[in-house]
Amino acid sequence: AKSTKAATKKKEEAVETGTGWEEWSQGKALVRPPDQMELTEAELKEEITRILTANNPHAPQNIVRYSFKERSYKPINVVDQMAVHFVLEGSLVHQDSEEARKLRVKEVDGGDVEEAGDEDRPDSAASRINKKEPKVTNQFNFSNRASQTLNNPMRDRICQTEPPPRSSFSATANQWEIYDAYVQELQKQEKNKEKQKGTHSQKDNGKSKKVMLMETQSEDVTKWTMASKILERTISQNTFDDIAQDFKYFEDASDEFREQEGTLLPLWKFQYDKAKTLSVTALCWNNKYQDLFAVGLGSYNFSRQGCGMLLFYSLKNPAFPEYIYPTSSGVMCLDIHAQHSHLVAVGFYDGCVAVYSLKEEGQEPVYKSTAKTGKHTDPVWQVRWQSDDMDSNHNFYSVSSDGRVVSWTLVKNELVFTDIIRLTLNCAVSEGPEGAQAPTSGTSFDFHRQIDYMFLVGTEEGKIHKCSKTYSSQFLETYDAHSMAVDTVKWNYFHPKVFVSCSSDWTVKIWDHTINTPMFVFDLQAAVGDVAWSPYSSTVFAVVTTDGTVHVFDLSVNKYEAICQQLVVDKKKTKLTHVEFNPIHPVIIVGDDRGYVTSFKLSPNLRKKPKAKKGHELPKGPEVEVAKMEKLLSLLREPDQNSG
Amino acid sequence: MFLVEQGEEVEAQMKRIEATKGVIGTLVVDPDGVPIRSTLDQSMTLQYAGQLRQLVALARSAVRDIDPQNDLSALRVRSKTNEIISPLDYYIIQ
Repeated sequence: AKSTKAATKKKEEAVETGTGWEEWSQGKALVRPPDQMELTEAELKEEITRILTANNPHAPQNIVRYSFKERSYKPINVVDQMAVHFVLEGSLVHQDSEEARKLRVKEVDGGDVEEAGDEDRPDSAASRINKKEPKVTNQFNFSNRASQTLNNPMRDRICQTEPPPRSSFSATANQWEIYDAYVQELQKQEKNKEKQKGTHSQKDNGKSKKVMLMETQSEDVTKWTMASKILERTISQNTFDDIAQDFKYFEDASDEFREQEGTLLPLWKFQYDKAKTLSVTALCWNNKYQDLFAVGLGSYNFSRQGCGMLLFYSLKNPAFPEYIYPTSSGVMCLDIHAQHSHLVAVGFYDGCVAVYSLKEEGQEPVYKSTAKTGKHTDPVWQVRWQSDDMDSNHNFYSVSSDGRVVSWTLVKNELVFTDIIRLTLNCAVSEGPEGAQAPTSGTSFDFHRQIDYMFLVGTEEGKIHKCSKTYSSQFLETYDAHSMAVDTVKWNYFHPKVFVSCSSDWTVKIWDHTINTPMFVFDLQAAVGDVAWSPYSSTVFAVVTTDGTVHVFDLSVNKYEAICQQLVVDKKKTKLTHVEFNPIHPVIIVGDDRGYVTSFKLSPNLRKKPKAKKGHELPKGPEVEVAKMEKLLSLLREPDQNSG
Repeated sequence: MFLVEQGEEVEAQMKRIEATKGVIGTLVVDPDGVPIRSTLDQSMTLQYAGQLRQLVALARSAVRDIDPQNDLSALRVRSKTNEIISPLDYYIIQ
């Protein structure tokens, strides 16, 4: 209805405005548009209220939004009622704002920039500054012509070289590397010198090549020998650790309580499988390497004679012998050369003598005597090295049951023998051919340590003859020593007059070689196998008997009894055959008839040195030992002189 | 001829060592460190070979550094449970 009213008003206005017009068009009636609603007067006068609200009729009235909080759709009550009718971005900028300032600056330059753009010149720095007036172009005859040069298409081209070969290198520079480098240099120089020497080196080269080949083949093996040897010893040391410690450090403290007696501490036991059936027939320590000793194996049994063996053991490795030499005949005796400790003289049951050299690789002796070269016809009971003869050939002596004492000399590759003396029964008395001079068998001998030519021979009859190398038919002296064969005679290490003898007649006798009767006699209740003087004292000696006992005597302590009597092996099964003192260690080795060698450590009581008198220094040296013995002997001599 | 004998001797010696009571195993190594012969199982062999090689080299370096004319002759390592003994290139583990 509003519209109608408005329309009518307009009409009226139109009519009013057109009053001017109505003057000339009064005649016109009110024109009604054809499509106007036809309403009654009442309806026309009806007042219809029209309300103006500020609501946007286009705004949605029922917007629903999902609320996550309540998890449901919720109607939104407040809805934006703004209706935008018209937007126009203005170009007015506030004069104080940043943008305005920038624009101002630009305006100043902007004019210049425009001018420069008009001109076709690229460089217009000067012109830019100077010219602020825009360039005016000829209206009629100006054309801007632009041209562009051909832009070559861009192409990438690369080339790559092969990188140089690389390797990582690292090294250390130690003292020894420097040393090695110098040594190599030296060797190179020496080689060069040798090459310069010329023809005679060619032969050597030939030989050396062969040597080189052999070396490469046997490289493994030879390297291993040393290594495995060291290993074996190390392991022995570990296994027998307690024994090794005892050997070195154990001193029987109980000796202080036992006044005079001493004991033997068993140390290592040496045995070899293949030697089990053989008896130990000889023992000898090596002078140079005092842990090395030789064992000769054979049999004392007359009826059962088989092969024999020569073994070398080291204290460092009790498990296995260092050197093994099997022999065809039983070994009866052996001796290691004092200076050349690789030479071993061996006497056999079949009468041969042989010399083995430990330096040689083979298992055969270096020298061996045969029937032609004067071997004995009976077992050789003792061999001894002597000092080299005048041609500095080595020589040794042997004594045998065939009654001959023979000297053997190693001349080049041969063994040359010389009969020194023939042992006969009545030698000392008669020289004539009438008396039946049956040879007696020598069973042991020993050379005097200081007086080179003098030696003692023990015989099977029990006599001991003092002989000289220079007298081949006569004895210097004869002692009626024993009733049975003399097993061992030994000169005292220190005292030049004293020697000891032992025999299977159960006795051990100590003699002064100037006197015909023994100084000391010891009866040991069992057949004596061997006797040995100690190298450190002139009054100490050890005796082994067949009942398995070791007796150690110290005459300065006890003149009548042993200061140590120890059963070392099973009495019934084994008999002790030999004993030897170690040159430097307080150790003795004892061999028995089962092929075992046992080592013992001597307790301190057995190694007593003479006590120092108060105020005097303890004198050392062999003179002391000699004096000790002399004192003892003088005690005995006086009663002898008195009684004699 | 005697080289062969030597070889047999060494073999016999090695067997004796291996049979000794208390020896766990032996191991032989060539100069390059490759095990030649061993009585241990494979993994132990490789392990020991590798470790000991370095140790021996270090020990040798130390000895020679102090005195270049000296050289290492044997090395022995004792631990709580075992002992390793090594002369030159031959190791033995006890």
